[in-house]
This record gives sequence, C-alpha cells and structure tokens, in this order.
Amino acid sequence: MAANILEVSDSTFDSDVLKSDIPVLVDFWAPWCGPCKAIGPVIEEISKDYEGKVKFFKCNVDDNPVTPGNYGIRAIPTLLVFKGGEKLDQIVGMVDKSKIETILNNSI
Amino acid sequence: MKTTDYDLVIIGGGPAGLTASIYAARARLNTLVLEKSAPGGQILVTDWIENYPGFPEGLSGADLVMKMANQAKRFGVEIETSQVLSMDISEPVKQLVLNDRTVTCKAVIIATGASPRKLGVAGEEEFYGKGISTCATCDAPFFKNSVVAAIGGGDTAVQESIFLTRFVEKVYLIHRRDQLRATRILQERALENDKIDIVWDSVLSSVNGSDGGVESITIKNVKTGVLSDLAVEGCFVWVGITPNTSFLNDAIQVDKGGFIVVNAKMETSVPGIYAAGDVRNTPLRQVATAVGDSAIAAFEAANYIEMLEDQ
Repeated sequence: MAANILEVSDSTFDSDVLKSDIPVLVDFWAPWCGPCKAIGPVIEEISKDYEGKVKFFKCNVDDNPVTPGNYGIRAIPTLLVFKGGEKLDQIVGMVDKSKIETILNNSI
Repeated sequence: MKTTDYDLVIIGGGPAGLTASIYAARARLNTLVLEKSAPGGQILVTDWIENYPGFPEGLSGADLVMKMANQAKRFGVEIETSQVLSMDISEPVKQLVLNDRTVTCKAVIIATGASPRKLGVAGEEEFYGKGISTCATCDAPFFKNSVVAAIGGGDTAVQESIFLTRFVEKVYLIHRRDQLRATRILQERALENDKIDIVWDSVLSSVNGSDGGVESITIKNVKTGVLSDLAVEGCFVWVGITPNTSFLNDAIQVDKGGFIVVNAKMETSVPGIYAAGDVRNTPLRQVATAVGDSAIAAFEAANYIEMLEDQ
C-alpha cells in the first residue's frame, strides 16, 4: 500500500478521521471484493495529487464492523469524505476517477 | 495520411479492451488504452467464472482480469486512467476529447462494455448502497443470516442468487415470467437450493425503508395485478445491462437497445471505428465472446491502418 494511504480501525476512526484538521477520504473495502481491489490503485493515484490537502485512509470492513455500521454502509467499495468531523459526501461502487476528484475538490 | 498521436485508441479496459490491446501490441501498433476507472469492468463483480476455457477449476473475475492486464503489460501496453468525453470521427484522422487533452488516431476500438440496468422504481436510487446492490461478491457478507430479494431470471441473477445463499438465510428470486432464462445448469442448481424461493410472474414495484436502510420491497404479480410486500433487508437487482455509449452522440449506428451495430469484421457504420464485447449487438455476452470479438477487431484495425498508410 502506498505510504500516503493509511489503515484506519474502529478504535482510531475518531482521532484519525473525525478529529482531522483537513478533509479525509475513507475507502471502505474488504479482501473478498473485486471492485475494491481494482479501485485501490486509482485511489493511490489520486492520493498523490492531493498530498497535504486531503488525508487518505482505508478501512477493512471485515476487521472493523462498527464504523461501517455507524454509517449504514451495506455495499463496498464505499468512499466517504469527512470534513470537520462531519460526513460530507458518499460514493458507492466503482466510479470514474473524475467523480472522486470532483467530490474532493468540493471538500477543500 | 497526416501523422497522429496514436495508430489505435482502445476505449475500455475490460476483457474486450485488454484482449484488443494484446493483439494490437503484437501487431506493433502505437496503441493507447483508456479506462475511466480501473481495468476489469463488469467481470470484477462476478464471483466465479467457470465457463472460460483454460481454467478447469474456475477463477474469480478479478483474478482473470488481472492475468489479462499482466499479459497486456508484458507486451508493453500502457493503460491510462481517463475518460472519453466526446469524439470527432467524421474525418480519417479521429479526434478523441479526454478529461485533460484531445488525442488523434487512425482507428478506434470501442470496448466500453455495459452497466447494470436500473429499473427506475421508487426507492432504487435512494437505497443504493444501503441495501440495494448489484454485486453479490462485494456485498453479500453485509447480509449474513438476513432475508434478501434478487430481481431477474437470467444467468447473472440466478448464479449470483446461488452465491448469496452462502451468507443469507433466504433469497426471494423475483422473476417476471413463469420460467427462468438462465443456462440450464444454473436453473437446476437454483431449483435444488432450499434457500432460494422463486416468486414467479412478478416485478419489483418499490423499495421501502428508512434511514437505517431497506426494510421491505413491494412486488406486483403481472398476471393478477396484485401488490404484495416482502420483508427484506437487501435487494439485489440483476435485470440486464445497458451499453456504455454516452460519448457517441449518435455518430455511430446502434440497435434498438443502444448497442453498437457491427458486421463480422467488428466494423461499425463509420470506417476505422470498431466495436467489441458487451457494447456491441451480439446474441451472447460472455468473456469468451468478448475476447473473440476483440481479436478480430484488432486484426481488422491493423489492416485498416496499413491500408491508410499505403494510400
């Protein structure tokens, strides 16, 4: 995994994501999910372009059931964008790179 | 012939586009492959492919496409993450408008595939990702020991319903006719499966729920007109596909369903433009047929480019 995408867990979600001083994108994924594996490199590419402006995390829903439950996630990949502790945007499923960039630009 | 940025641009990075790129690279065409998201396409969501020859035990769609992408890379193919917004294909030099620039080329293979069709019923958009899904391998584990519905009766609906039964307590398979359309071997497996309850002659009328997600669906019996509710936590929709052709702008002939019309050489109505795989009018949409289409399309595109250069 690229160094600019870190793992976030149920126990670190509050400090890493909700208390972040800049916008955060969280990629909810699981090892069994084909589209999640495929979208991973796309997120990595994007994370390089937004370095310093947006933080990027991956959350494995298999190991961390609480956080996806809190946000009503019942499909992956789901991308959530947070700003100031609030959920700003949500993308479900495989989407175009440009759509992800659009919601990130809106969050900055 | 004027010089162009590329000989050939292949639009789409699923099995069709990747196969075309392998043939094009080996024909030493200067080729660009464009994929708007990540290589793979629809087979990424297929739990198990057991009818693609050469893999006697079967394999996951994600693994198969990764092998194809690696094979393409071995021949020097580069896949760019970008989208075609529009095309000007009226002249021999084709122009494709991408997100960040315009590229020119001599030939184009459209291998953009298709996307799951939506029913357009109430609640479908609202609950997408909150109980409504089109990917069993991705989302079935969210419905452990739950009751879910699956809509459809073709290969995808039946195969994926069988997959769902590994996780869920029960699947209502809602089908609009009184018999399934899926391949016989899949029908037999579904009919033998105790966890699958087939609801015949019925269509989805609405998906109902609250902030917490899907709570029930309303279905309509097409013979009696009677509406009834089924309590389900999930609803998987597999009612066919729609071609990914929004960038075409009527420049190429399509059929009633919007699929691109081609001849046996995969030529479209515009010289130098080819279509292969799920996006074209074809009686069967499989990985096996997509790769066959693409081998022909790349071969014919190479011939066409050679002919242009000889002029």
